[in-house]
Amino acid sequence: MTALLEVDNLRVAYGKIEAVKGISFTVETGQIVTLIGTNGAGKTTTLRTLSGLLKPLSGTIRFDGRPLTGVPAHRIVALGLAHSPEGRHIFPRLTITENLQLGAFLRKDAEGIAKDVRRVYDLFPILGERARQAAGTLSGGEQQMLAMGRALMSRPKLLMLDEPSMGLSPIMMQRIMATITELKASGTTILLVEQNAQAALSLADRGHVMEIGKIVLSGTGADLLHDESVRKAYLGED
Amino acid sequence: MHQLPQTLVNGLALGALYGLIAIGYTMVYGIVQLINFAHGEIVMIGAFGALTIHLWLPGDTPLPAALPLMLIGGAVASVAVATAAERFAYRPLRTAPRLAPLITAIGLSIALQQIVWAFYPDAKKSRGFPQFQGDAFELAGNLHLQRDDLFVLAAAPLCMLALGLFVARSRTGRAMQATAQDPDTAKLMGINTDRIIVLAFAIGGAFAAVAAVAQGLRAGQINFEMGFILGLKAFTAAVLGGIGNIYGAMLGGVVLGIAEAAASTYIQHIPGMQQLGGGGWKDVWAFALLILVLLIRPQGLLGERVADRA
Repeated sequence: MTALLEVDNLRVAYGKIEAVKGISFTVETGQIVTLIGTNGAGKTTTLRTLSGLLKPLSGTIRFDGRPLTGVPAHRIVALGLAHSPEGRHIFPRLTITENLQLGAFLRKDAEGIAKDVRRVYDLFPILGERARQAAGTLSGGEQQMLAMGRALMSRPKLLMLDEPSMGLSPIMMQRIMATITELKASGTTILLVEQNAQAALSLADRGHVMEIGKIVLSGTGADLLHDESVRKAYLGED
Repeated sequence: MHQLPQTLVNGLALGALYGLIAIGYTMVYGIVQLINFAHGEIVMIGAFGALTIHLWLPGDTPLPAALPLMLIGGAVASVAVATAAERFAYRPLRTAPRLAPLITAIGLSIALQQIVWAFYPDAKKSRGFPQFQGDAFELAGNLHLQRDDLFVLAAAPLCMLALGLFVARSRTGRAMQATAQDPDTAKLMGINTDRIIVLAFAIGGAFAAVAAVAQGLRAGQINFEMGFILGLKAFTAAVLGGIGNIYGAMLGGVVLGIAEAAASTYIQHIPGMQQLGGGGWKDVWAFALLILVLLIRPQGLLGERVADRA
């Protein structure tokens, strides 16, 4: 089986500062793969490059058998790659329903879209209760639910979640992580970027540890969770 | 006080004209945070586009019949120049520091004036623009409505209604709102934000052409410099209403128009200010109002909440 996403020797720079220095990894259909690491390790830069918001210096990205390099950002979602960005970035002055409909911007099947909006409301009932409210009025955790729901609206083959637990209360974080597990069970492939290594590795089939632009360690989620250096560096143990 | 109804009608018509131009500033600013200081020249280009059509038509074409064609001609010219400016002058500078596109806009404004001055036949002096024949409509005893005012008072609400429905209801309008609120995330939704930006310039251009025809009808003449003061006034209106907000632009236009009309009518009656009234001082009062708003309510009347653009 070929991988859904293959990243090979990817390098990305902001001006002269290289943020991603030649990383390679793959994501197989049905897997959760996580990139963990501290702030500035290059995780968000990697996701923003995969979704076309940043142009790589070199390296190749193949998604679903096609090269992604050079494809503009607004075409990438049509290929089946959805990105829920760091910091949520919901559209604050649009309603919750409108935000979700924008997630399905390129789809033409009005009925299917309406059905998927209801599916998001089943997943996150609080969003359904506030369907006509401006999204900017939601709490951080609710905005995170909306950002995830919006990304699902394109019916992606691969869902990229950037820091879904950032700034959330522990209860809300558990709720989001439980949802990621549910999504996996329903067959969604997920590339998860997290600073919360414990939570991410518990869910992930595979994990990659990033440090200043490089992948320094790879393994199954369980392996990394028990790896001594990971425990020391990211799980706060001595 | 018996002049009040007439002052309001005059101010409303002038304000509708400012509002139409202000839409162009506000739409572009709302999406790319650029003050397109060449927008006044887009109005001027629209006026010359409309005049060109008028000159092509047989001399005995009645103005009401010629008007729709003149509007189309003006809009074609304005939209073409506005979208070309976006594509070739502003787009290459989209990631440049803010000052670069601003200076480009000022340069473009001068260039467009000089191109018309140099190449449009006889544009080195003012050119006559057709005007409605016939008397003003008498609305009440002492209240008159000029025929050219009727044009702008009908056109502005229609344009506004169409734009409001388009932005709120259509799929492209939704994409436009998304792009204004968060351009990178809009791309992640599959929105081609370059096309949305071009569209914002095009809508601004079309509205500018309507305003240009209205201005031509009022003044009976147009010239290559007409865009300067009109653009400045409309920019004032856009800031007054809250830049980035389309309804604010129209409201700001109307407030400015009425303030100008009221200042020209009333200030000369205030004891000690006789010499500061009259039409000659109306620009002073318009810009004084701008300064006042910037001091008291810098976000404008229907201000954009800038905070959630973070």
